[in-house]
Amino acid sequence: MNDEIANAPKLVVRNLNFYYGSYLALKDINLDIPEKMVTAFIGPSGCGKSTLLRTFNRMYELYPKQKATGEILPDGNNILSVKQDLNNLRAKIGMVFQKPTPFPMSIYDNIAFGVKLYEQMNRHDMDDRVEWALKKAALWNEVKDKLKQSGMGLSGGQQQRLCIARAIAVKPQVLLLDEPTSALDPISTAHIEKLIDELKEEFTIVIVTHNMQQAARVSDFTAYMYLGDLIEFGDTSTVFTNPKRKETEDYITGRFG
Amino acid sequence: MLTLYTRRRLINAITLSISVLAMLFGLFWLGWILLTLLVHGLPGLSLTLFTQMTPPPGSDGGLLNAIVGSLLMTLLGTLIGTPIGILAGTYLAEFGQRGWLAPVTRFINDVLLSAPSIVIGLFIYEVYVTKVRHFSGWAGALALSILVIPVVIRTTENMLRLVPNTLREAAASLGAPQWKVINFVTLRAAKAGIITGVLLAVARISGETAPLLFTALNNQFWNSNMNTPMSNLPVIIFEYAMSPYDDWQQLAWAASLLITFSVLALNIVARVLFRQSATTH
Repeated sequence: MNDEIANAPKLVVRNLNFYYGSYLALKDINLDIPEKMVTAFIGPSGCGKSTLLRTFNRMYELYPKQKATGEILPDGNNILSVKQDLNNLRAKIGMVFQKPTPFPMSIYDNIAFGVKLYEQMNRHDMDDRVEWALKKAALWNEVKDKLKQSGMGLSGGQQQRLCIARAIAVKPQVLLLDEPTSALDPISTAHIEKLIDELKEEFTIVIVTHNMQQAARVSDFTAYMYLGDLIEFGDTSTVFTNPKRKETEDYITGRFG
Repeated sequence: MLTLYTRRRLINAITLSISVLAMLFGLFWLGWILLTLLVHGLPGLSLTLFTQMTPPPGSDGGLLNAIVGSLLMTLLGTLIGTPIGILAGTYLAEFGQRGWLAPVTRFINDVLLSAPSIVIGLFIYEVYVTKVRHFSGWAGALALSILVIPVVIRTTENMLRLVPNTLREAAASLGAPQWKVINFVTLRAAKAGIITGVLLAVARISGETAPLLFTALNNQFWNSNMNTPMSNLPVIIFEYAMSPYDDWQQLAWAASLLITFSVLALNIVARVLFRQSATTH
C-alpha cells in the first residue's frame, strides 16, 4: 500500500479521557479520523481500542458508571456534550459488533427496523432500500428468496453481513466495526474485508481488530494503542513498515503482545 | 497416574449412582401420587362430571360449576396478574441498574414469591371481602392474581437478563429509543421464556386452595356471576374429601385427577414451547 493522503477529518478527537468508574481507560486521546477512508485500531487486549470506538456513538451510556470527557467533533459539534441527542447521533454513526446480533425477526424486518425509525416510506421504497442494503452487504443473492424467514437461521458469516446491511440501510455517515470478523471463518472474513473496501467509497469506516494482517489489508490509517494510550497513528503502510515508535514496532513484529 | 485416574473413575461412579438414586427417590413419590390419583380418580370420570352441578350428598352430580368457577378465576387472576408482572419484570431487568427502587422491589418480590398462599387469602379477605361484606369470584381472582405477579416478575426479569447485552447495543446503535429496543427486540427475544413463566404461574394457581377459602368460598349451584360466591375445584376437593359420604369422596378424587393432569399438561406445553424457541432462536 502506498502512502495515503488523508481526506478531511470526519471525526476529530481532542483530549478524550474515558473512565470505568474511577479507572482511567483512555488517556488524553487526540486523533483525526479521515472521511471515507478506513481507520484501524490495533493493540493488545484491554488497550482501550474498543472503548475508544464505543465513545464515537456513546454506546457506553447504556451502562452506569462509564463516562467520557473531552471532545469528539464531527462537523464541529461535540458529540460528548449533554445537548447531543443520543438517538440522532447513533442514527448517523452505525455500528457492527464482534458477535453477529440479528434481531429475533425476519431478514426483511431486521433491515427495515432501523430505517423505519427515521424515515417514513411506502412499501415499495422500503423493498428497494432493503434490496440496496443487502446488495451492498453482498448478501442479496443468498437471501433474496427467504426475506420472510428469521434472521437467526442464517450462518454466522451471513448473520454478520446482515448486521452490516442493517447498519448501512439507515445510511449513516460513519460505520464503526468492532472486531467484525473475529467470530467468522476465513471465507466469511474475506467476504467482509472485500465489503469494507467497497463501503469506504461511501462511508467513513473505523475498525477495531486483533488481527494485524487484517489491519494491514483493509485500512488506510492505523492507530496503535497500548494501556489506554494512543502510541502511534499514521497511514497504514508507514505504521507497519516504518513505525516511528519502538513500542509499535515490537508489537507489529510480534516481539510483544 | 493410573491410580489417580482409577480413583477419579471410582468417585465418578459413586457420585453418579447417588444422583441416580436421588432422582429415583423423587420420581417414586411422584409416580405413586399419579398412580393413586388414577386408581381412585378414573372410576369417577364420566360425562356427567362435565354436565352436572355439585350434588347434595346421596344424589348424582358432577363438577361443572366447580370447573367453570376454577377456569374463570384462574383466567381472570392470570389476566390481572400477567401484565403487572411483565411490566414490573421489564422494569427490573431493563431500567433497574441505577437507584434503590429496583433492589428493594426485587427483595419484596422474593418475599412475596415465597409468602404462604393462605396469607394472601387472608389479606384479600381483610381488604376486600370484609369491605363488600360477601365472598365473591372477584375476590378469588384477585387473590390468585397476587400469586401470579411475583412468579411472572421473576421469570420476566430472568428471561430478559438472558438476552445478550450486545442485542440491546445493536438496536440502540441504530438510533432506536429505549422503549423500541425493549418492545421490538429484547421482549421479543425473551418471548418464549416469558410465556413459559406465565404458563407455570397458571399451573401454580390452578391448584391453590387456601387463597380461595376466604375469598371465593364455594357455591353448590351454577354461577358465572363473579360478584357472588363461586365454586372451584380446590375447595370442592377440600370439602368433599373430608366428608363422610362415598359419592362426595369419589367426586373429590375425580376433581384431583382433573387438576393434576391439567397442571401436568400445562407444564408439558410450557416445556415444549421453551424448547422449540431454544432451537429456533
